[in-house]
Amino acid sequence: MSLQFVVDGLLTGSMIGLGAIGVTLTYSILRFSNFAHGDFMAWGTYATLAVVSAIGATFGKVAPIAPLSFGWPLLVALVVGMAFTALLALLLDRVLFARLRSQGQAIIVVMASFGASMALRSLLEFTFSSRPTYFSRAIQIAMPVGFGIRITPDQIALLLLTAVLVLGVHLLMTRTQTGRSMQALSQNAALARIVGIDVASVVRVTWIIGGALACVAGVMIGILVQIRPFMGFDMLLPMFAAAILGGIGSIPGAVLGGLIIGLAEAGAVQLIGAEWRAAVSFIILMAVLFVRPIGLFGVRER
Amino acid sequence: MSETVLDVRDLEAGYEPGVPIVRGASITVNKGEIVVVLGPNGAGKSSFIKAIAGLVPITGGTVFLDGRDITAAPAHTMVRLGLAFVPQTENIFPLMSVEDNLRVACGILERREIPARLEEMYAAFPDLVRQRRTAAGNLSGGQRQMLAVARALIVHPKVLVLDEPSAGLSPKFVSMVFEMLAGIRKSGVTILLVEQNAKAALAIGDRAYVLVEGKDRHEGIASELWNDPVVAELYLGQRPLHAEKGGAA
Repeated sequence: MSLQFVVDGLLTGSMIGLGAIGVTLTYSILRFSNFAHGDFMAWGTYATLAVVSAIGATFGKVAPIAPLSFGWPLLVALVVGMAFTALLALLLDRVLFARLRSQGQAIIVVMASFGASMALRSLLEFTFSSRPTYFSRAIQIAMPVGFGIRITPDQIALLLLTAVLVLGVHLLMTRTQTGRSMQALSQNAALARIVGIDVASVVRVTWIIGGALACVAGVMIGILVQIRPFMGFDMLLPMFAAAILGGIGSIPGAVLGGLIIGLAEAGAVQLIGAEWRAAVSFIILMAVLFVRPIGLFGVRER
Repeated sequence: MSETVLDVRDLEAGYEPGVPIVRGASITVNKGEIVVVLGPNGAGKSSFIKAIAGLVPITGGTVFLDGRDITAAPAHTMVRLGLAFVPQTENIFPLMSVEDNLRVACGILERREIPARLEEMYAAFPDLVRQRRTAAGNLSGGQRQMLAVARALIVHPKVLVLDEPSAGLSPKFVSMVFEMLAGIRKSGVTILLVEQNAKAALAIGDRAYVLVEGKDRHEGIASELWNDPVVAELYLGQRPLHAEKGGAA
Protein backbone atom coordinates (compact mmCIF):
# COMPACT_ATOMS: atom_id res chain seq x y z
CA MET A 1 0.00 0.00 0.00
CA SER A 2 1.36 3.36 -1.02
CA LEU A 3 1.60 6.07 1.60
CA GLN A 4 0.34 8.62 -0.93
CA PHE A 5 -3.04 8.41 0.81
CA VAL A 6 -1.55 10.33 3.73
CA VAL A 7 -1.03 13.47 1.65
CA ASP A 8 -4.38 13.07 -0.10
CA GLY A 9 -6.08 12.48 3.23
CA LEU A 10 -4.47 15.47 4.91
CA LEU A 11 -5.53 17.73 2.03
CA THR A 12 -9.13 16.49 1.99
CA GLY A 13 -9.05 16.63 5.77
CA SER A 14 -7.92 20.28 5.72
CA MET A 15 -10.81 21.24 3.45
CA ILE A 16 -13.27 19.35 5.63
CA GLY A 17 -11.73 20.73 8.83
CA LEU A 18 -11.83 24.39 7.73
CA GLY A 19 -15.46 23.97 6.76
CA ALA A 20 -16.26 22.09 9.97
CA ILE A 21 -15.03 25.04 12.09
CA GLY A 22 -17.92 27.11 10.75
CA VAL A 23 -20.37 24.25 11.26
CA THR A 24 -19.29 23.66 14.85
CA LEU A 25 -19.36 27.39 15.72
CA THR A 26 -22.85 27.89 14.28
CA TYR A 27 -24.05 24.78 16.04
CA SER A 28 -22.66 25.69 19.45
CA ILE A 29 -23.38 29.43 19.43
CA LEU A 30 -26.54 29.76 17.34
CA ARG A 31 -27.76 26.26 18.21
CA PHE A 32 -28.73 25.03 14.79
CA SER A 33 -27.25 22.90 12.01
CA ASN A 34 -26.60 25.22 9.11
CA PHE A 35 -27.07 23.14 5.97
CA ALA A 36 -26.26 26.18 3.84
CA HIS A 37 -22.66 26.15 5.08
CA GLY A 38 -21.48 24.07 2.11
CA ASP A 39 -23.02 26.59 -0.25
CA PHE A 40 -21.11 29.40 1.47
CA MET A 41 -18.02 27.49 0.31
CA ALA A 42 -19.23 27.37 -3.27
CA TRP A 43 -20.30 31.03 -3.29
CA GLY A 44 -16.97 32.08 -1.82
CA THR A 45 -15.13 30.11 -4.47
CA TYR A 46 -17.13 31.58 -7.36
CA ALA A 47 -16.69 35.07 -5.90
CA THR A 48 -12.94 34.48 -5.71
CA LEU A 49 -12.97 33.20 -9.29
CA ALA A 50 -14.88 36.28 -10.43
CA VAL A 51 -12.32 38.58 -8.79
CA VAL A 52 -9.44 36.60 -10.36
CA SER A 53 -11.07 37.04 -13.76
CA ALA A 54 -11.64 40.75 -13.14
CA ILE A 55 -7.99 41.21 -12.16
CA GLY A 56 -6.96 39.24 -15.25
CA ALA A 57 -9.10 41.47 -17.47
CA THR A 58 -7.60 44.62 -15.90
CA PHE A 59 -3.92 43.75 -15.54
CA GLY A 60 -3.51 41.16 -18.30
CA LYS A 61 -1.74 37.87 -17.65
CA VAL A 62 0.10 37.77 -14.33
CA ALA A 63 2.95 35.28 -13.88
CA PRO A 64 2.41 32.74 -11.06
CA ILE A 65 4.55 32.93 -7.91
CA ALA A 66 7.58 30.67 -8.60
CA PRO A 67 6.66 26.99 -7.94
CA LEU A 68 2.95 27.62 -7.34
CA SER A 69 0.25 27.46 -10.00
CA PHE A 70 -1.22 30.82 -8.99
CA GLY A 71 0.00 34.41 -8.61
CA TRP A 72 -0.93 37.41 -6.48
CA PRO A 73 -4.33 37.87 -8.17
CA LEU A 74 -5.62 34.69 -6.51
CA LEU A 75 -4.34 35.79 -3.11
CA VAL A 76 -6.00 39.19 -3.44
CA ALA A 77 -9.15 37.53 -4.77
CA LEU A 78 -9.18 35.08 -1.84
CA VAL A 79 -9.21 37.94 0.66
CA VAL A 80 -12.02 39.65 -1.26
CA GLY A 81 -13.85 36.31 -1.50
CA MET A 82 -13.54 35.75 2.26
CA ALA A 83 -15.01 39.19 2.95
CA PHE A 84 -17.77 38.52 0.42
CA THR A 85 -18.66 35.15 1.98
CA ALA A 86 -18.67 36.66 5.46
CA LEU A 87 -21.08 39.35 4.21
CA LEU A 88 -23.22 36.71 2.53
CA ALA A 89 -23.47 34.80 5.82
CA LEU A 90 -24.35 38.02 7.70
CA LEU A 91 -26.97 38.91 5.10
CA LEU A 92 -28.57 35.46 5.18
CA ASP A 93 -28.68 35.66 8.97
CA ARG A 94 -30.29 39.11 8.86
CA VAL A 95 -33.00 38.29 6.32
CA LEU A 96 -33.69 34.68 7.29
CA PHE A 97 -32.10 32.99 10.30
CA ALA A 98 -32.33 35.82 12.83
CA ARG A 99 -36.06 36.24 12.23
CA LEU A 100 -36.79 32.55 12.62
CA ARG A 101 -34.43 32.23 15.58
CA SER A 102 -36.38 34.86 17.48
CA GLN A 103 -39.41 32.56 17.26
CA GLY A 104 -37.38 30.01 19.17
CA GLN A 105 -37.83 26.80 17.18
CA ALA A 106 -34.47 25.34 16.16
CA ILE A 107 -35.93 22.83 13.70
CA ILE A 108 -37.53 25.64 11.67
CA VAL A 109 -34.16 27.37 11.35
CA VAL A 110 -32.57 24.09 10.25
CA MET A 111 -35.23 23.58 7.57
CA ALA A 112 -34.83 27.19 6.44
CA SER A 113 -31.09 26.61 6.06
CA PHE A 114 -31.89 23.63 3.86
CA GLY A 115 -34.03 25.85 1.67
CA ALA A 116 -31.37 28.55 1.61
CA SER A 117 -28.84 25.90 0.61
CA MET A 118 -30.88 24.86 -2.42
CA ALA A 119 -31.63 28.44 -3.42
CA LEU A 120 -27.98 29.49 -3.19
CA ARG A 121 -26.86 26.46 -5.19
CA SER A 122 -29.45 26.96 -7.90
CA LEU A 123 -28.47 30.61 -8.21
CA LEU A 124 -24.88 29.52 -8.83
CA GLU A 125 -25.95 27.00 -11.47
CA PHE A 126 -28.12 29.65 -13.07
CA THR A 127 -25.33 32.24 -13.13
CA PHE A 128 -22.25 30.12 -13.86
CA SER A 129 -23.80 26.90 -15.28
CA SER A 130 -23.07 23.54 -13.67
CA ARG A 131 -20.03 22.87 -15.87
CA PRO A 132 -16.89 22.47 -13.77
CA THR A 133 -14.32 25.23 -14.04
CA TYR A 134 -10.79 25.82 -12.72
CA PHE A 135 -8.58 28.54 -11.29
CA SER A 136 -5.72 27.35 -13.47
CA ARG A 137 -5.39 24.67 -16.11
CA ALA A 138 -1.65 24.43 -15.58
CA ILE A 139 -0.54 20.98 -14.50
CA GLN A 140 1.83 20.90 -11.56
CA ILE A 141 4.58 18.33 -11.29
CA ALA A 142 4.38 16.50 -7.96
CA MET A 143 7.72 16.24 -6.18
CA PRO A 144 8.73 12.95 -4.61
CA VAL A 145 9.40 13.42 -0.89
CA GLY A 146 10.28 9.82 0.03
CA PHE A 147 8.26 6.78 1.18
CA GLY A 148 6.59 6.80 -2.25
CA ILE A 149 4.82 10.07 -1.44
CA ARG A 150 4.56 12.84 -4.00
CA ILE A 151 3.28 16.33 -3.26
CA THR A 152 2.85 19.49 -5.37
CA PRO A 153 3.96 22.97 -4.24
CA ASP A 154 0.30 24.08 -4.23
CA GLN A 155 -0.56 21.28 -1.84
CA ILE A 156 2.25 22.24 0.54
CA ALA A 157 1.21 25.90 0.45
CA LEU A 158 -2.42 25.06 1.19
CA LEU A 159 -1.55 22.72 4.06
CA LEU A 160 0.53 25.52 5.59
CA LEU A 161 -2.29 28.03 5.07
CA THR A 162 -4.70 25.67 6.84
CA ALA A 163 -2.33 25.30 9.78
CA VAL A 164 -1.94 29.07 10.11
CA LEU A 165 -5.69 29.70 9.92
CA VAL A 166 -6.54 26.97 12.42
CA LEU A 167 -3.92 28.25 14.86
CA GLY A 168 -5.22 31.79 14.40
CA VAL A 169 -8.83 30.82 15.11
CA HIS A 170 -7.76 28.73 18.10
CA LEU A 171 -5.85 31.67 19.59
CA LEU A 172 -8.78 33.99 18.90
CA MET A 173 -11.13 31.64 20.74
CA THR A 174 -8.92 31.07 23.78
CA ARG A 175 -6.89 34.28 24.19
CA THR A 176 -9.16 37.18 23.25
CA GLN A 177 -12.20 38.79 24.78
CA THR A 178 -14.13 38.05 21.57
CA GLY A 179 -13.29 34.36 21.85
CA ARG A 180 -14.19 34.21 25.53
CA SER A 181 -17.50 35.91 24.71
CA MET A 182 -18.18 33.26 22.06
CA GLN A 183 -17.42 30.46 24.53
CA ALA A 184 -19.61 32.12 27.15
CA LEU A 185 -22.51 32.47 24.74
CA SER A 186 -22.28 28.81 23.73
CA GLN A 187 -22.30 27.70 27.38
CA ASN A 188 -25.05 29.90 28.82
CA ALA A 189 -26.70 32.55 26.66
CA ALA A 190 -28.67 34.18 29.50
CA LEU A 191 -25.63 34.51 31.73
CA ALA A 192 -23.60 35.87 28.82
CA ARG A 193 -26.01 38.81 28.59
CA ILE A 194 -25.89 39.34 32.34
CA VAL A 195 -22.09 39.70 32.30
CA GLY A 196 -22.40 42.36 29.61
CA ILE A 197 -21.90 40.43 26.37
CA ASP A 198 -23.76 41.86 23.39
CA VAL A 199 -25.19 38.67 21.87
CA ALA A 200 -25.88 40.30 18.50
CA SER A 201 -22.25 41.29 18.02
CA VAL A 202 -20.96 37.84 19.01
CA VAL A 203 -23.38 36.27 16.52
CA ARG A 204 -21.98 38.56 13.82
CA VAL A 205 -18.40 37.52 14.60
CA THR A 206 -19.47 33.87 14.43
CA TRP A 207 -20.86 34.30 10.92
CA ILE A 208 -17.83 36.29 9.80
CA ILE A 209 -15.38 33.58 10.94
CA GLY A 210 -17.51 30.72 9.61
CA GLY A 211 -18.10 32.43 6.25
CA ALA A 212 -14.48 33.46 5.72
CA LEU A 213 -13.14 29.98 6.50
CA ALA A 214 -15.79 28.36 4.29
CA CYS A 215 -14.47 30.51 1.45
CA VAL A 216 -10.88 29.35 2.06
CA ALA A 217 -11.97 25.71 2.15
CA GLY A 218 -13.88 26.20 -1.11
CA VAL A 219 -10.94 27.88 -2.84
CA MET A 220 -8.71 24.98 -1.71
CA ILE A 221 -11.10 22.57 -3.40
CA GLY A 222 -11.12 24.87 -6.44
CA ILE A 223 -7.32 24.87 -6.68
CA LEU A 224 -6.78 21.17 -6.02
CA VAL A 225 -9.89 19.63 -7.58
CA GLN A 226 -12.37 21.77 -9.48
CA ILE A 227 -15.04 24.43 -9.08
CA ARG A 228 -18.68 23.31 -9.34
CA PRO A 229 -21.93 24.64 -7.85
CA PHE A 230 -22.27 21.37 -5.90
CA MET A 231 -18.71 21.47 -4.54
CA GLY A 232 -19.79 22.69 -1.10
CA PHE A 233 -22.98 20.69 -0.79
CA ASP A 234 -21.00 17.51 -1.41
CA MET A 235 -18.79 18.42 1.56
CA LEU A 236 -21.71 18.91 3.90
CA LEU A 237 -21.92 15.42 5.37
CA PRO A 238 -18.16 15.02 5.90
CA MET A 239 -18.12 18.47 7.56
CA PHE A 240 -20.92 17.58 9.95
CA ALA A 241 -19.28 14.23 10.62
CA ALA A 242 -16.01 16.05 11.45
CA ALA A 243 -17.73 18.56 13.74
CA ILE A 244 -19.58 15.82 15.64
CA LEU A 245 -16.54 13.54 15.72
CA GLY A 246 -14.40 16.31 17.19
CA GLY A 247 -17.03 17.35 19.71
CA ILE A 248 -19.48 20.16 18.96
CA GLY A 249 -18.07 23.56 19.82
CA SER A 250 -14.41 22.53 19.74
CA ILE A 251 -12.20 24.19 17.11
CA PRO A 252 -9.28 21.73 17.49
CA GLY A 253 -11.87 18.94 17.53
CA ALA A 254 -13.41 20.04 14.23
CA VAL A 255 -10.01 20.15 12.55
CA LEU A 256 -8.86 16.83 13.99
CA GLY A 257 -12.22 15.30 13.03
CA GLY A 258 -11.72 16.63 9.50
CA LEU A 259 -8.24 15.14 9.25
CA ILE A 260 -9.41 11.76 10.58
CA ILE A 261 -12.23 11.64 8.07
CA GLY A 262 -10.00 12.85 5.25
CA LEU A 263 -7.37 10.20 6.00
CA ALA A 264 -9.97 7.46 6.43
CA GLU A 265 -11.59 8.31 3.11
CA ALA A 266 -8.26 8.42 1.29
CA GLY A 267 -7.15 5.14 2.88
CA ALA A 268 -10.45 3.49 2.05
CA VAL A 269 -10.14 4.49 -1.59
CA GLN A 270 -6.86 2.60 -1.76
CA LEU A 271 -7.86 -0.43 0.27
CA ILE A 272 -11.47 -1.17 -0.65
CA GLY A 273 -12.28 1.11 -3.57
CA ALA A 274 -13.58 4.60 -4.18
CA GLU A 275 -17.25 3.64 -3.95
CA TRP A 276 -16.85 3.10 -0.19
CA ARG A 277 -15.37 6.53 0.39
CA ALA A 278 -18.38 8.15 2.06
CA ALA A 279 -19.38 5.03 3.99
CA VAL A 280 -16.02 4.71 5.73
CA SER A 281 -16.16 8.14 7.35
CA PHE A 282 -19.57 7.36 8.75
CA ILE A 283 -18.51 4.00 10.09
CA ILE A 284 -15.69 5.77 11.93
CA LEU A 285 -18.09 8.46 13.14
CA MET A 286 -20.50 5.85 14.50
CA ALA A 287 -17.71 3.84 16.09
CA VAL A 288 -16.36 6.90 17.90
CA LEU A 289 -19.80 8.00 19.03
CA PHE A 290 -20.58 4.57 20.45
CA VAL A 291 -17.48 4.76 22.62
CA ARG A 292 -17.55 8.50 23.32
CA PRO A 293 -20.92 10.10 22.46
CA ILE A 294 -19.71 13.64 23.11
CA GLY A 295 -16.98 13.43 20.45
CA LEU A 296 -13.23 13.50 20.89
CA PHE A 297 -12.88 17.00 22.37
CA GLY A 298 -16.45 17.42 23.54
CA VAL A 299 -17.28 18.14 27.15
CA ARG A 300 -20.30 16.82 28.96
CA GLU A 301 -22.85 19.49 29.84
CA ARG A 302 -22.95 19.97 33.56
CA MET B 1 -30.63 61.28 54.48
CA SER B 2 -28.21 59.04 52.71
CA GLU B 3 -27.79 59.00 48.99
CA THR B 4 -30.19 56.77 47.02
CA VAL B 5 -28.45 54.40 44.59
CA LEU B 6 -31.35 52.33 43.34
CA ASP B 7 -34.89 53.70 43.21
CA VAL B 8 -37.61 51.33 41.96
CA ARG B 9 -41.11 52.81 41.73
CA ASP B 10 -44.40 50.99 41.08
CA LEU B 11 -42.68 48.30 39.04
CA GLU B 12 -44.91 46.04 37.00
CA ALA B 13 -43.39 43.15 35.10
CA GLY B 14 -44.17 39.72 33.69
CA TYR B 15 -43.26 37.31 30.93
CA GLU B 16 -46.66 37.42 29.22
CA PRO B 17 -48.59 40.57 28.35
CA GLY B 18 -51.60 40.96 30.63
CA VAL B 19 -50.24 38.49 33.20
CA PRO B 20 -48.15 40.62 35.54
CA ILE B 21 -46.09 38.81 38.16
CA VAL B 22 -44.75 41.98 39.73
CA ARG B 23 -47.69 44.32 40.40
CA GLY B 24 -46.51 47.71 41.51
CA ALA B 25 -43.55 47.12 43.79
CA SER B 26 -41.42 50.02 45.05
CA ILE B 27 -38.11 49.91 46.90
CA THR B 28 -35.13 52.16 47.43
CA VAL B 29 -31.56 51.13 48.15
CA ASN B 30 -29.22 53.67 49.70
CA LYS B 31 -25.48 53.86 49.24
CA GLY B 32 -23.58 51.32 51.33
CA GLU B 33 -26.68 49.44 52.47
CA ILE B 34 -27.66 45.80 52.30
CA VAL B 35 -31.34 45.68 51.43
CA VAL B 36 -33.15 42.36 51.60
CA VAL B 37 -36.34 41.47 49.72
CA LEU B 38 -38.29 38.72 51.45
CA GLY B 39 -41.54 37.08 50.63
CA PRO B 40 -43.40 33.80 50.51
CA ASN B 41 -42.89 31.39 47.63
CA GLY B 42 -44.45 32.70 44.43
CA ALA B 43 -44.54 36.30 45.69
CA GLY B 44 -42.64 37.42 42.59
CA LYS B 45 -39.36 38.18 44.39
CA SER B 46 -37.23 36.58 41.76
CA SER B 47 -39.16 38.14 38.86
CA PHE B 48 -38.94 41.52 40.61
CA ILE B 49 -35.17 41.42 40.84
CA LYS B 50 -34.81 39.98 37.34
CA ALA B 51 -36.99 42.75 35.94
CA ILE B 52 -34.67 45.31 37.54
CA ALA B 53 -31.74 43.54 35.83
CA GLY B 54 -33.49 43.66 32.45
CA LEU B 55 -34.28 39.95 32.28
CA VAL B 56 -38.07 40.07 32.68
CA PRO B 57 -40.09 42.47 30.48
CA ILE B 58 -41.21 45.57 32.40
CA THR B 59 -44.77 46.75 31.71
CA GLY B 60 -44.97 49.69 34.10
CA GLY B 61 -43.10 51.77 36.66
CA THR B 62 -39.53 53.03 36.66
CA VAL B 63 -36.06 51.95 37.76
CA PHE B 64 -33.50 54.68 38.48
CA LEU B 65 -29.85 53.91 39.16
CA ASP B 66 -27.85 56.83 40.53
CA GLY B 67 -30.48 59.21 39.19
CA ARG B 68 -30.42 57.70 35.72
CA ASP B 69 -33.47 55.99 34.20
CA ILE B 70 -32.48 52.38 33.43
CA THR B 71 -36.03 51.02 33.12
CA ALA B 72 -36.03 48.15 30.64
CA ALA B 73 -32.46 48.81 29.45
CA PRO B 74 -31.21 45.68 27.63
CA ALA B 75 -29.69 43.15 30.05
CA HIS B 76 -26.23 43.28 28.48
CA THR B 77 -25.98 47.06 29.08
CA MET B 78 -26.67 46.77 32.82
CA VAL B 79 -23.05 46.24 33.91
CA ARG B 80 -22.05 49.35 32.00
CA LEU B 81 -24.84 51.27 33.73
CA GLY B 82 -23.52 50.07 37.10
CA LEU B 83 -25.80 47.18 38.02
CA ALA B 84 -24.22 43.74 38.39
CA PHE B 85 -26.60 40.80 38.75
CA VAL B 86 -25.84 37.36 40.18
CA PRO B 87 -28.48 34.79 39.16
CA GLN B 88 -29.64 32.10 41.55
CA THR B 89 -28.48 29.07 39.57
CA GLU B 90 -26.24 28.43 36.58
CA ASN B 91 -24.35 31.58 37.45
CA ILE B 92 -20.93 30.50 36.17
CA PHE B 93 -19.63 29.28 32.80
CA PRO B 94 -18.84 25.65 33.74
CA LEU B 95 -16.42 24.80 30.93
CA MET B 96 -14.31 27.95 31.22
CA SER B 97 -11.50 28.31 33.73
CA VAL B 98 -12.07 30.37 36.87
CA GLU B 99 -9.83 33.08 35.43
CA ASP B 100 -11.68 33.16 32.10
CA ASN B 101 -14.97 33.39 34.00
CA LEU B 102 -13.63 36.58 35.58
CA ARG B 103 -12.03 37.91 32.41
CA VAL B 104 -15.12 37.42 30.27
CA ALA B 105 -16.92 39.96 32.47
CA CYS B 106 -14.18 42.57 32.02
CA GLY B 107 -15.47 43.82 28.67
CA ILE B 108 -16.27 47.26 30.06
CA LEU B 109 -12.93 47.74 31.86
CA GLU B 110 -9.86 49.41 30.38
CA ARG B 111 -7.50 46.71 29.13
CA ARG B 112 -4.60 47.84 31.36
CA GLU B 113 -6.88 47.87 34.40
CA ILE B 114 -7.79 44.18 34.10
CA PRO B 115 -4.70 42.46 35.64
CA ALA B 116 -4.93 44.62 38.77
CA ARG B 117 -8.68 43.96 39.09
CA LEU B 118 -8.09 40.21 38.77
CA GLU B 119 -5.52 40.33 41.56
CA GLU B 120 -7.90 42.35 43.74
CA MET B 121 -10.58 39.71 43.27
CA TYR B 122 -8.15 36.90 44.08
CA ALA B 123 -7.09 38.80 47.19
CA ALA B 124 -10.72 39.18 48.25
CA PHE B 125 -11.58 35.55 47.44
CA PRO B 126 -8.41 33.56 48.24
CA ASP B 127 -10.20 30.24 47.63
CA LEU B 128 -10.28 31.07 43.94
CA VAL B 129 -6.54 31.62 43.54
CA ARG B 130 -5.53 27.96 43.67
CA GLN B 131 -8.32 27.15 41.23
CA ARG B 132 -7.65 29.86 38.68
CA ARG B 133 -6.86 27.34 35.91
CA THR B 134 -9.60 24.88 36.97
CA ALA B 135 -12.78 24.57 34.94
CA ALA B 136 -15.40 26.43 36.97
CA GLY B 137 -17.75 23.45 36.72
CA ASN B 138 -15.43 21.56 39.07
CA LEU B 139 -15.81 24.07 41.92
CA SER B 140 -17.84 23.32 45.04
CA GLY B 141 -21.21 25.03 45.49
CA GLY B 142 -19.80 27.68 47.81
CA GLN B 143 -16.85 28.38 45.53
CA ARG B 144 -19.20 28.77 42.60
CA GLN B 145 -21.10 31.46 44.49
CA MET B 146 -17.81 33.19 45.31
CA LEU B 147 -16.81 33.11 41.67
CA ALA B 148 -20.19 34.45 40.57
CA VAL B 149 -19.97 37.27 43.10
CA ALA B 150 -16.34 38.05 42.22
CA ARG B 151 -17.30 38.19 38.54
CA ALA B 152 -20.06 40.67 39.37
CA LEU B 153 -17.79 42.83 41.56
CA ILE B 154 -14.87 42.97 39.16
CA VAL B 155 -16.52 45.76 37.12
CA HIS B 156 -16.97 48.14 40.12
CA PRO B 157 -20.78 48.02 40.14
CA LYS B 158 -22.77 50.78 41.88
CA VAL B 159 -25.09 48.08 43.16
CA LEU B 160 -24.66 44.31 43.46
CA VAL B 161 -27.95 42.47 42.97
CA LEU B 162 -28.24 38.83 44.06
CA ASP B 163 -31.04 36.34 43.55
CA GLU B 164 -31.11 33.90 46.51
CA PRO B 165 -27.37 33.48 46.97
CA SER B 166 -27.92 30.73 49.57
CA ALA B 167 -30.25 28.59 47.44
CA GLY B 168 -29.17 25.01 47.10
CA LEU B 169 -26.12 25.36 49.34
CA SER B 170 -25.34 23.17 52.33
CA PRO B 171 -25.66 24.95 55.74
CA LYS B 172 -21.88 25.34 56.00
CA PHE B 173 -21.75 27.23 52.71
CA VAL B 174 -24.86 29.28 53.53
CA SER B 175 -23.15 30.93 56.48
CA MET B 176 -20.00 31.35 54.40
CA VAL B 177 -21.94 33.17 51.67
CA PHE B 178 -23.63 35.53 54.14
CA GLU B 179 -20.32 36.28 55.86
CA MET B 180 -18.90 37.02 52.42
CA LEU B 181 -21.74 39.46 51.66
CA ALA B 182 -21.30 41.22 55.00
CA GLY B 183 -17.60 41.58 54.18
CA ILE B 184 -18.36 43.00 50.74
CA ARG B 185 -20.66 45.60 52.25
CA LYS B 186 -17.90 46.65 54.62
CA SER B 187 -15.74 47.41 51.59
CA GLY B 188 -18.38 49.95 50.54
CA VAL B 189 -20.43 48.03 47.98
CA THR B 190 -24.21 48.53 47.94
CA ILE B 191 -26.15 45.25 47.90
CA LEU B 192 -29.72 44.28 47.06
CA LEU B 193 -30.67 40.67 47.60
CA VAL B 194 -33.68 38.44 47.42
CA GLU B 195 -33.70 35.64 49.97
CA GLN B 196 -35.73 32.67 51.01
CA ASN B 197 -33.54 32.21 54.07
CA ALA B 198 -35.08 35.16 55.95
CA LYS B 199 -33.30 34.76 59.25
CA ALA B 200 -29.77 34.68 57.83
CA ALA B 201 -30.52 37.51 55.40
CA LEU B 202 -32.04 39.76 58.07
CA ALA B 203 -28.99 39.15 60.25
CA ILE B 204 -26.71 40.88 57.72
CA GLY B 205 -29.25 43.28 56.17
CA ASP B 206 -29.85 46.95 57.06
CA ARG B 207 -33.39 47.22 55.78
CA ALA B 208 -35.84 44.74 54.34
CA TYR B 209 -38.98 44.69 52.25
CA VAL B 210 -41.60 41.98 52.26
CA LEU B 211 -43.08 41.28 48.86
CA VAL B 212 -46.50 39.62 48.68
CA GLU B 213 -48.35 38.89 45.46
CA GLY B 214 -46.02 41.09 43.49
CA LYS B 215 -46.38 44.16 45.75
CA ASP B 216 -44.19 45.54 48.51
CA ARG B 217 -46.34 45.05 51.59
CA HIS B 218 -44.00 45.91 54.37
CA GLU B 219 -40.75 47.73 54.96
CA GLY B 220 -38.57 47.88 58.01
CA ILE B 221 -35.24 47.79 59.76
CA ALA B 222 -33.85 44.32 59.12
CA SER B 223 -33.03 43.54 62.75
CA GLU B 224 -36.58 44.43 63.88
CA LEU B 225 -38.42 42.76 61.06
CA TRP B 226 -37.83 39.22 62.25
CA ASN B 227 -40.02 39.81 65.30
CA ASP B 228 -42.56 42.04 63.59
CA PRO B 229 -46.07 40.56 63.95
CA VAL B 230 -47.15 41.90 60.53
CA VAL B 231 -44.26 40.08 58.90
CA ALA B 232 -45.02 36.94 60.84
CA GLU B 233 -48.52 36.99 59.45
CA LEU B 234 -47.68 38.06 55.90
CA TYR B 235 -44.62 36.05 55.34
CA LEU B 236 -44.27 33.34 57.89
CA GLY B 237 -47.99 32.70 58.06
CA GLN B 238 -47.91 31.37 54.53
CA ARG B 239 -45.06 29.03 55.25
CA PRO B 240 -46.16 26.82 58.14
CA LEU B 241 -42.80 25.13 58.59
CA HIS B 242 -41.06 28.44 59.13
CA ALA B 243 -43.93 29.72 61.22
CA GLU B 244 -43.10 27.16 63.89
CA LYS B 245 -39.48 28.20 63.88
CA GLY B 246 -40.54 31.86 63.86
CA GLY B 247 -42.79 31.28 66.84
CA ALA B 248 -39.93 29.75 68.73
CA ALA B 249 -37.59 32.61 67.89
